[in-house]
Amino acid sequence: MISGEKLVQLVSSLLQQVYALLDLSAYAGILDRVVCAVVMFGFVAVFVMFLVWMERKVSAHMQSRIGPNRVGPLGLLQTLADAIKLTTKEDVRPAKRDKIPYFIAPILAFVATFMGMVVVPFDNKMVVADLNIGVLYIIAITSFTVIAILSAGWSSNNKYSLLGGFRSAAQIVSYEVPLVLSLVPVIMITGKLNFSGIVQYQQQAGYWFVFPQFVAFITFIASATAEANRAPFDIPEAESELTGGFHTEYSGVKFAMFFLGEYVAVVVSSAVAATVFLGGWLPPLHFLGFIPGFVWFMLKVLLIIYLIMAFRWTFPRLRVDQLMDFGWKVLIPVTILNILVTGFVVLLFGKGA
Amino acid sequence: MTDLLLSQIKPGGESPFGTDEYVVNMGPQHPATHGVLRLVVKLDGETVKETMPVLGYLHRSIEKICENRTYPQCITYTDRVDYVSAMSVNLAFALATERLMGLEAPPRAQWLRMIFVELQRLASHLLWMGAFAGDIGALTPFLYGLRERERILDLFEMTCGQRLTYNYIRIGGVMIDILPEFVPKCRAFLDYFDPKIPEYEELLTYNPIFLERTKGVGVITPEVGINCGVCGPSLRGSGVSCDVRKQHPYLFYDQVKFNECLENDGDCWARYKVRMNEMRESVSIIRQCLDRLEPGPIETKLPPILKAPPASEIYFRIESSRGEMGIYLVGDGTPKPYKAKFRCASFSNTFVLDQLTRGWKVADIMAVLGSLDMIVPEVDR
Repeated sequence: MISGEKLVQLVSSLLQQVYALLDLSAYAGILDRVVCAVVMFGFVAVFVMFLVWMERKVSAHMQSRIGPNRVGPLGLLQTLADAIKLTTKEDVRPAKRDKIPYFIAPILAFVATFMGMVVVPFDNKMVVADLNIGVLYIIAITSFTVIAILSAGWSSNNKYSLLGGFRSAAQIVSYEVPLVLSLVPVIMITGKLNFSGIVQYQQQAGYWFVFPQFVAFITFIASATAEANRAPFDIPEAESELTGGFHTEYSGVKFAMFFLGEYVAVVVSSAVAATVFLGGWLPPLHFLGFIPGFVWFMLKVLLIIYLIMAFRWTFPRLRVDQLMDFGWKVLIPVTILNILVTGFVVLLFGKGA
Repeated sequence: MTDLLLSQIKPGGESPFGTDEYVVNMGPQHPATHGVLRLVVKLDGETVKETMPVLGYLHRSIEKICENRTYPQCITYTDRVDYVSAMSVNLAFALATERLMGLEAPPRAQWLRMIFVELQRLASHLLWMGAFAGDIGALTPFLYGLRERERILDLFEMTCGQRLTYNYIRIGGVMIDILPEFVPKCRAFLDYFDPKIPEYEELLTYNPIFLERTKGVGVITPEVGINCGVCGPSLRGSGVSCDVRKQHPYLFYDQVKFNECLENDGDCWARYKVRMNEMRESVSIIRQCLDRLEPGPIETKLPPILKAPPASEIYFRIESSRGEMGIYLVGDGTPKPYKAKFRCASFSNTFVLDQLTRGWKVADIMAVLGSLDMIVPEVDR
């Protein structure tokens, strides 16, 4: 029977042998981390490519189309073809751009979102860095995108980009608050900021947090969708209003970075939601435990991603002021109320109620 | 409170933050203008201060060209006036010319014209629905709209060989009689299409975000609407009865039963609702027309050279998919019109835009523009 833990042990023992062969055993600690990070990067990059294909298939299904079906089996290599197209494209840059932020923005958008994946456990012990403040880390790191988008909007020297950038700044700053607040009740109950710890708590308690904290789950998904600039909260790039928003002036590889960054943000949000609310690597029923944990984790992530995709293809887009209203007047009060109620329950029945 | 804040913001940086208005060109190339309409928008942050439509990017001087063409030749150009609803413009020109020359098409031709114009209205409204939903960010209805429009275009192609510029309704009748299988196919389409309208409504009409975006946005009061020359479904959304089919029936519209769709709110949602209901009415009209279609000639005998009487003029209007479509023709006894003027609904609907968007957000321009159902070639001709 294969499990994430065993897989990790297997790989690390293999790695030890490789280190010994190459006479690098002294640096094993650092090298392990590097290998982990590279593997994670590769996995997420491929997964995101799959997601782009999945989004196109999901949208096609919803719109009674077929979707990509030419490149590779079921069109699975379509994204690869797109990536090749984007990387070989001319990098068109506006003449009066602000050079340094214009160059840094896509890299930042890409890297900042990728870094979030580092602390998410795929299975028991199957995590790049099991930070004890994982939740805080992920919240901090994902907010970097706002700097990227803002500087992209500003440095492009384009009015639409600027509007998009400012919209995004307002949006991400506002939705950061309910995003954090909807994670707070879970932290209150578990008393842990560590993702593996939260999952282990759910294992011991025998339930997933989506049931006692359904409101928090909903608010989390809503604010995570907004954080990732996905429809119906995609006003920073609102195609029909701002042509392309902050990435109007980007092309080629730089555009691809923004594009992939958006999907990685979706993956990170879904991974966090799956870990915190859906029990991470835990199987839904005990007898299903023979399926390895990371498979369950990926299934849960895909489920939430599908949900977010379904939003995009069924809802119209909110207006910028309505978006702010929704964030500040609906989501934040609801999350605060939820925290209050959770606090009372925790006080009355003790932790783990 | 908001007004107070706004009043503090003056151009030139007098407010503590030193904000400034800026001008954005929306169009001629912009995803939301459906062609080459250019809007010069003065913005204060996200708030619209002024919207100025700039026309002429698609001007092909069709009216002037018509002065150098014989009447039957002009029909070809009318297709290009409004390519989304080409049948309607064909019909308007054909009817105007017939009136000018004192001709009348046989009954079968009249019924056929009604069927095709109403099918065209369906196709046009479907495309509008998709484009409007796309403008406010819902991308899926567009595909749904086009899916059904495709079947209508198939019906057109089956009859006249064309899918966009039909040139089907001619002076004195129609180009060619329908195929025997047209009627059952058309009925099959209507039966297929009927349950589709509730499907669209399920996706959009009471969607909370859709309501947020359209309810109360871009309200055309009846006074403003009439003063600005708004017409068609856009004005009916304000509760003003202005359906030419009802008020000045042409063809056999007085012999079929249908309701004029009215809504009272005058906002984008009301205009949306009017068009959705109009689709239902069109389906019922087509059904009645199919029932009453009888064999007979499809063309009157025309003189070898069509000449308008000297010093004659005519203004004839029909209800096109976008509203009142008027044709003004002056004849001078030659085979060519001395003057041709098309009064197009899109053109007159354009100028209410500034009033509707002032003080609203950028995104509302798209909602309002979409809800007015503008076709740029019709604006510029």
